[in-house]
Amino acid sequence: MKGFTLRRQHIPFLATLVVLIILYVGAAMRYEGFATPRVFANFLGDNAFLGIVAIGMTFVIISGGIDLSVGALVGAVTIGAAALIQRAGLHPAPAFALVLAIGAGFGALQGVIIQKFRIQPFLATLAGLFLFRGIGLWISEESIQIKHPFLDALAGIRVPIADRAWLSFPAILFLAVLAAAAIVLARTRFGRTVYAMGGDESSAALMGLRTGRTKIGIYAISGFCAALGGIALLLYTSAGNAINGGGLELDAIAAVVIGGALLTGGSGSPMGTLIGVLIAAVIQTAIIFDGGLSAWWGRIVTGILLLAFLLLQRALQAK
Amino acid sequence: MKRGWPPYGFALVGLGLILLFNAVASPGFLALEIRDGQVFGSLIDILNRAAPVVLVSLGMTLVIAAGGVDLSVGSSMAIASAAAGVLLAPPPGAPFDPVSSAPLVVLAALAAAGLCGALNGILVGWVGMQPIVATLALMVAGRGVAQLITQGQIIVIDSPEFEALGTGSAAGLPTPVVLAGVCLAALILAVRRTAWGLFTEAVGSNPRAAQLAGLPVRGIKMAAYTVCGLAAGLAGSIACADIQAADANNTGLYLELDAILAVSIGGGLLTGGRFSLAGAAVGAVLMQALTTTLLSRGVPPPIALSAKAGLIIAVVLFQSLAFRQAIARRRAASA
Repeated sequence: MKGFTLRRQHIPFLATLVVLIILYVGAAMRYEGFATPRVFANFLGDNAFLGIVAIGMTFVIISGGIDLSVGALVGAVTIGAAALIQRAGLHPAPAFALVLAIGAGFGALQGVIIQKFRIQPFLATLAGLFLFRGIGLWISEESIQIKHPFLDALAGIRVPIADRAWLSFPAILFLAVLAAAAIVLARTRFGRTVYAMGGDESSAALMGLRTGRTKIGIYAISGFCAALGGIALLLYTSAGNAINGGGLELDAIAAVVIGGALLTGGSGSPMGTLIGVLIAAVIQTAIIFDGGLSAWWGRIVTGILLLAFLLLQRALQAK
Repeated sequence: MKRGWPPYGFALVGLGLILLFNAVASPGFLALEIRDGQVFGSLIDILNRAAPVVLVSLGMTLVIAAGGVDLSVGSSMAIASAAAGVLLAPPPGAPFDPVSSAPLVVLAALAAAGLCGALNGILVGWVGMQPIVATLALMVAGRGVAQLITQGQIIVIDSPEFEALGTGSAAGLPTPVVLAGVCLAALILAVRRTAWGLFTEAVGSNPRAAQLAGLPVRGIKMAAYTVCGLAAGLAGSIACADIQAADANNTGLYLELDAILAVSIGGGLLTGGRFSLAGAAVGAVLMQALTTTLLSRGVPPPIALSAKAGLIIAVVLFQSLAFRQAIARRRAASA
């Protein structure tokens, strides 16, 4: 009996894996040069910011919540850090530390509002979305280019994985966050509380789990990951812009859900989210390789996949 | 709340305060001028700008009252606007000729957005998906569809008959204001003169009880989402006519958030059940009045955006039982 339930929980994850393999093999057969280690390494590098944000979102969704503010926070962080480095003349390292602390702090503040006053997460983080967009545009409505030897040094960090293929610094950052999240969720009391809250929050509280501080911690992690994702994007594009990350919250939610997480909470994993991000990367790269396809197909396919996975979840729950 | 005090009483007071502030700060703000049989003035301007949000908020009110939420309204608006744009001014190579009849174009735009709403209704009502998620999928995909329709271009239209929808006037008022007013009146009649409103509240406050009482729960949800889609379609057509172009990228962007906020300010419970169509309309006008006030005082748009965030937090905190209890405790402790 126990084995049966376990297997059913794994169906969304396995389905995601199958979809990724089908998409990858399909694209590899259709487009020459697609199935190279270099293209694969770029999946991680080009989408590191999405991946890092989606890992934070994974915590939120497993706990049964939602965070709509991450895309706007990414935009505010890129412009904020760029302004600190370029206009205030701060060294990038303390500038990054500062925006990470601010991101985590704002995330925790949203968590407090959700937890203490029983506000629906989507409303509290909706307010955050407007606030961060406002702050970002207030810092500068113009894009700010950044240039600093420290950033050049970071860009020079490359881990070779195959011939003419290497992981860039943002990709390494993404994999490090992924590993940390996997350990925290699977191996710590905090991680188990996150899953328990998503299953049934009042039961978790009655069991004596510290649901209050865990919830605040979850939104702080999401804010921290959004800030880190913003830094990854800043390193990737070498420019800060307040309108960066528009709609990113939806892409992140889609990656988490496609990765097998239930939006009702209680289920999901960082590995699933990685596969969700890779699916988005394959679709995006295939569209670029094709050249003839309109970029809008990316969003449409993502939407259809999201819907298909939700239907699958629904079918599994109904049984 | 006292009897006779409408659920949107606070919204009315808030709107009154904003208007009063303007009347004091800039004399002549409340003045209305009649030129060529048409009314002009800052108040009319605010109503005109608020009209699309009012329309979407009306649909959103019904969806939220039925226990759901529709995140896809902005995308539905973009689809309606894109559909109207390509019909009026087909891009080169399109397999059809330009449609010159404005009513036909509006009908097509309404049909496209209504279809989106019906799809949401099927997913939520029949398939039983969570509303946030089902409509999220259409929100993601819908804008892609709209951009596919317009081929990613901003389609400039040139049809005075259609543009009248956004820039014309009827009965001395701008057409969008009249349309929003007529829709508001028609919907209020429909929900209060029939059992529809009661049924919707029943489904929203306790779907299981409503089901056991024999209400057509699925049909009521379906109706709410379809009306919401149609309202978004009309708002999208107005937006397209107003800027004389179909912009799939920006039409209705973040409008779902404004609409949800308007419903909430207007005294609707975001968890479903109690609702007020007039309240949602007042809420939408209040937000536009606030935005207009801030911008006309020379407040930069980013700060105005942050003010909106503050408004959301204030409203939801006020609605939160836990927050009011915390305040009451503090008062009791200090007394």
